[in-house]
Amino acid sequence: MIVDHDVIVLGAGLAGMRAGLEAARAGANVAIITKVHPIRSHSSAAQGGINAAIAEDDTWESHAFDTVKGSDYLADQDAVEIMAREAPADIIEFEHMGVIFYRNEDGKLGRRAFGGASLARTYFVGDITGQALLVTLYDQILKAGVKVYEEWFATAVHMEDGACRGLVALEMITGELHLLRAKAVIFASGGLGRLYEPSTNALICTGDGYSLAYRAGAPLMDMAMVQYHPTTLAGSGFLMTEAARGEGAYLLNSEGERFMKKYAPNKMELAARDVTSRAEATEIAEGRGIDGNVLLDLRHLGPDVILKKLPQIHEMALDYLGIDMIKEPVPVRPGMHYQMGGIKTDVDGATRVPGIYAAGEVACVSVHGGNRLGANSLLDTIVFGRRSGRKAAEYARTVTASGGGEDLLRREKERLDELMSRPYTGETCAGLRLELATMMDEKVGLYRSDAGLKEALQALHGFRGRYANVWVGDKGRVFNQALTFVLELGFLLDCGETIIRDAMHRKESRGAHTHVDYPERNDREWLKHTVLTHRGEGQEPEMSYAPVTITQWQPEVRTY
Amino acid sequence: MQFTIEVGRYNPEGRYAETAVPGEAFPAPWNASPARRYQTYTVELPQHAVVLDALIAIREYQDPSLAVRCACRSAICGSCAMWINGHANLACKSKLESFTKDGKTRVESPPSMPIIRDLVCDMKPFWDKHLAVKPWLENKEPVPPPDEEYRVPNAAMEELIQEVSCISCSACLMDCESFAVNPDFLGPQALAQAYRYVGDPRDDKTKERLGELSKAGGIWDCTHCFECVQQCPKGVAPLEQILKLRKLAVDAGFTNNPGTRHADAFADSVKHSGRLNELTLMPKSTGLFNIVGQLKTLPSAINMARAGKLPPLIHKSIPGVERIKKIFQRVGGRFK
Repeated sequence: MIVDHDVIVLGAGLAGMRAGLEAARAGANVAIITKVHPIRSHSSAAQGGINAAIAEDDTWESHAFDTVKGSDYLADQDAVEIMAREAPADIIEFEHMGVIFYRNEDGKLGRRAFGGASLARTYFVGDITGQALLVTLYDQILKAGVKVYEEWFATAVHMEDGACRGLVALEMITGELHLLRAKAVIFASGGLGRLYEPSTNALICTGDGYSLAYRAGAPLMDMAMVQYHPTTLAGSGFLMTEAARGEGAYLLNSEGERFMKKYAPNKMELAARDVTSRAEATEIAEGRGIDGNVLLDLRHLGPDVILKKLPQIHEMALDYLGIDMIKEPVPVRPGMHYQMGGIKTDVDGATRVPGIYAAGEVACVSVHGGNRLGANSLLDTIVFGRRSGRKAAEYARTVTASGGGEDLLRREKERLDELMSRPYTGETCAGLRLELATMMDEKVGLYRSDAGLKEALQALHGFRGRYANVWVGDKGRVFNQALTFVLELGFLLDCGETIIRDAMHRKESRGAHTHVDYPERNDREWLKHTVLTHRGEGQEPEMSYAPVTITQWQPEVRTY
Repeated sequence: MQFTIEVGRYNPEGRYAETAVPGEAFPAPWNASPARRYQTYTVELPQHAVVLDALIAIREYQDPSLAVRCACRSAICGSCAMWINGHANLACKSKLESFTKDGKTRVESPPSMPIIRDLVCDMKPFWDKHLAVKPWLENKEPVPPPDEEYRVPNAAMEELIQEVSCISCSACLMDCESFAVNPDFLGPQALAQAYRYVGDPRDDKTKERLGELSKAGGIWDCTHCFECVQQCPKGVAPLEQILKLRKLAVDAGFTNNPGTRHADAFADSVKHSGRLNELTLMPKSTGLFNIVGQLKTLPSAINMARAGKLPPLIHKSIPGVERIKKIFQRVGGRFK
């Protein structure tokens, strides 16, 4: 099947649906394509809340400054200013759409504290804020009648004369490949957590958009900046929201000490995530951990706060560890959580490639720089989702529809047929993915070193070689997940390579990128973005730099 | 620990057979199999593992042809609702140990939903129902300006968290007794979402919604079997929301329907005789002047008579019925 739209959005999480809704409002013929039903998107796992300077004692400048400081001064300050200024209106719009935000005594939006913020500015719905936003936005998509291709898996980008003109996608339920032609494509396909084991991310976070856009010519920026969240559940690695600490929970070491006083005497448990994660890792490394974990203690908050404001994590600790956090502290450790880097965009989601836009985790505007503050990711999705939707629709009006793409569709069919017909050589997708992800956690995780990164790149080349033999263990057409897992593994390899190369390049420590051989931040040489551009299969990507935009906050020593 | 899983397999393309590649890591499980069957797997997992862990282990290391939807693994995304030992549950929330019966756990696509492949069912009935209740806010005027929120008490928002906690997994619909016999029933999830908007002080269409919900297929078609309350993994308790909607609908004057008449007839009978008069319940529910409707119930009545289930023709009051009437007076409301 070949269909034509003005704008196609890849991904139906918050950024994707917000972009789709805005493009539809701007009059474009929009379709959203998503490999899972929109409600299954990983935005629903965002627990704690969403930041905005709404209250009278707050200012957008304060929000912007906290974000810039949190980013270790790698964020572009013009983009951060836009996000902080537009945040209140975007959140109020979601309130008007029906999100049941927590209220204060006056019936106005109530807030909670979050990490790295000068004051409480996080608006929330219990500890299901992402889910509450996602279902409300999905229902708005239904109301607006935006077309959604559910369980369609994108396999390739349709390019013509250097511009993006659509996607090829596999319809999971029939196994058919389709060509979706468009004047603009917005990548809102989320993160790449499956590249790391363990990770807080869902099994669907496989970096599809990074790889597809990168191979289509859109550069990736600051890929080394991979966030480790300070509180992920021991064992499973599930997220224990920062809101727990926002509500007042303590982090304790094996001696029962609130160790954050040594690392962040002012903000204590509410320091920025990179700082807190490293503090935990240090405690554990120095022998004050408990089986590789530290403790998250909520007991003093009392059952009322826990059950009313943090019910989901209470249930998760109970379900997956058998621990009732009302009575016992919960063992937690730093775990891979978020990719700050991504497809390099301007403040309207536009990339270097005409017709390619990006928003949400897959994009790098950059508002998060070297380290994202908690509750800024939901904000990023709705502000830049909206802006990219608007801009892509505007751009689409300037472009005339073109035919073509049948060639690509045929080539993709052949490529998938070839994949499916490979013989079994003992190389399995799951085994290879696990090796890759374990390696990434070990060598490209919280701490990096020259030697480790070199080994990582070598290992990755080895994995690429083996990937060429990986077996698709299902030969059917209907809902062939074995096939899509193999395609996802291909995306992950591209993500892994760009992260490793970017990390090798940045010879300093900044934000989430902690380089043991260069332990200091080096503003003289590295206060700049690193940008990777694809140069073709088997070739080293081109590395270039982009300046960091500084408007009013000069880099300072970062303490909490 | 070793667990045995019996998985309901289905492949619309007929066979899995030709795809089998013999090898040590992947023993061929497909041998000339028919389209639908159970297949048994053994997996080695920690004691606290959940059903989804087993399915992922099978898919990754034993049989990559097993289709199963899953994403978050922690009861947030709602992907993995399926039948486990004959009831709808989230695979990621069901401990293998507690679901092992006679040495095994049986998982399959719920028979109440159309099947696509293996554990993947067609969710269309579910999403159609969700859409049918117009699950979006119809803003009450005046809508505050773009820099101002609606002023509402926190209690009003907190009351809706229960419904907003719904992850649309469809476990409630999969096991809904009423849906099983009446595909047009809106079902527990959609009705709970309907309450989410009816109960929202910022919504302007409360009355219209209640009117729609009082029609056939709506709130009165629930039979109170409690399956939805039992199966919901997030404590949404759809039945409770349906009961709230019924009360609001009756209070709003939507009483000309079999559901309200049935409830009225029920209460009336108990008030006057201290117990249920089953003989008059059906005609009163149908509507006494609804001749066509009355005739339609005849076959059931005849069947009941044949089976010896017809209630006694003479209905007697219980002793002390006066005290029952006093209870009604004390309670107040419609039946005072």
